[in-house]
Amino acid sequence: MIEFRQVTKRYDSDHTALRQVNFHLGRGELAFLTGHSGAGKSTLLKLLMVMERPSAGEVVVGGQVLNRLPRRQIPYIRRHIGVVFQNHQLLFDRTVFDNVAMPLEVMGASPRDAGRRVRAALDKVGLLSKEKMNPLQLSGGEQQRVGIARAVVNKPPLLLADEPTGNLDPKLSADIMNLFAQFSQVGVTVLIASHDLALIKEMGRRTLTLDQGNLIAGGNPLQGGSGGR
Amino acid sequence: MAADSAPRSRKPDPARGARISRSPWREQAESYFIHHRKVAGDSAVRMWRTPVASLMTWTVMGVALALPVALLLLLTSLQGVSAGWESSARVTAYMQLDSSLDQARALASEVGSDGRVAELELIDRDRALAEFRATSGLDEALDYLDENPLPHTLLITPEENARSADGVAALVTFIEGMDGVERVQVDLGWLQRLNAMTDLLARAVWALAILLAAAVVLVIGNTVRLSIESRRDEILVAKLVGGTDGFVRRPFLYTGAWFGLGGGIVAWILLQLSLWWLSGPVERLAGLYRSDFSLSGLSIDGGLALIISAMLLGWLGAWVAVKRHLDDIEPGEIAGG
Repeated sequence: MIEFRQVTKRYDSDHTALRQVNFHLGRGELAFLTGHSGAGKSTLLKLLMVMERPSAGEVVVGGQVLNRLPRRQIPYIRRHIGVVFQNHQLLFDRTVFDNVAMPLEVMGASPRDAGRRVRAALDKVGLLSKEKMNPLQLSGGEQQRVGIARAVVNKPPLLLADEPTGNLDPKLSADIMNLFAQFSQVGVTVLIASHDLALIKEMGRRTLTLDQGNLIAGGNPLQGGSGGR
Repeated sequence: MAADSAPRSRKPDPARGARISRSPWREQAESYFIHHRKVAGDSAVRMWRTPVASLMTWTVMGVALALPVALLLLLTSLQGVSAGWESSARVTAYMQLDSSLDQARALASEVGSDGRVAELELIDRDRALAEFRATSGLDEALDYLDENPLPHTLLITPEENARSADGVAALVTFIEGMDGVERVQVDLGWLQRLNAMTDLLARAVWALAILLAAAVVLVIGNTVRLSIESRRDEILVAKLVGGTDGFVRRPFLYTGAWFGLGGGIVAWILLQLSLWWLSGPVERLAGLYRSDFSLSGLSIDGGLALIISAMLLGWLGAWVAVKRHLDDIEPGEIAGG
């Protein structure tokens, strides 16, 4: 689903965010991405979202090499990637329902279809009863779940999360992680950037560790297989 | 981990494929139109929520649009005047004082048979004197004269197709060349000057219209720029979840068009108000000049054309702003360090 081939990202001022990163994530795999701040976690996620382009190497998502993707194609790639942010990125000028419906609206789904899918997503995160509320009226954990519902509402094959539990207490964090685990069980590839090491350990999943732009652990389990490609 | 989820992983893909086959193009088109209607409605509602600011933008646009349109209307009225006078342009031929009535009649029949002459009236010198006496008030002064100072006169109305300035000039030369004609008079000079002036005015008005249209585009552009700034978060999220440029632009283009609509309506109201306010004095003035000159207002068609062009200008202004500012908003900064 995701493949990084010798990916290097260099910003102008001699600052190299990623150095020759190689890894591969299969369908339905759930992995953590960890490392101290500035290690390159965000850069890696941005490369997947095509917010940034690699300086060298190739980023492949769903069989498509993102490097050469023309600018106008970017929106169509993003429709296949659900993203959850630490600060939710919810819009407070509309209801929970309308927030979750945004990816569907963007795709031009019919309102009938959209209504059904939004409710399914809200039901999945346990917020069906709050669809008409403003996100401001919700607690931090609930807001994060609205963000997750928005990320999965159009059933993307890839789900990215950037510090999704950053502001939450351990109980809520565990709930959110369980949600992610459920998505991976139905075939969604999930990549979670986090530095909550305790939680990561508890989950016992594959963990990619970045240090100063180098992937020092959790790289490809089948080194020979993808390294040569 | 990857291995045990692999068999189940195929599930979402067929589901996506099925979804596409379930929504044929008709449904796609339908939801596209529904989306357009929703965006149009949302933009209108947003405008409605800030009535004072919107009203001010509308008024600025209205004034900027009303000014050139008012001048154009005035110009049309003036051109109507000159056309009216052109059609009543008459050529007056004065005969030599010593020519007889028979000579005058012969001349009249000769001129009258020319194809360019529509109507011809012979005023003999006695009748001319009588009319002059009646209208000039110089009754007593005329009594002191030994003889009638007025010649026989031919009043010639040119045929429709000879009424242009050139046609009339050719007719004048023709009549001047005839025997017994002392002088031919045609009062076209002032008409030509009026025409020249309206031509000049027309250019000035168009130049002004173009400048003011540019001003309208800039005003709308600036207003839409502010609106883009205030909806920055929404634009970021829309881009993050895969909104195309067209999707992100759409609400702002509608906003521009709505500003245009409001501006057009304000312009129409302003025009009708000033017309109503001016019509009394204009009528009185025209009455003093014995003219049937009147200011022509904007027809329904004209009004609709005004509103549609205003909407197009608003849309254009929004387009300029959107092109300049929307591309700057990229979700790069959204993911923290």
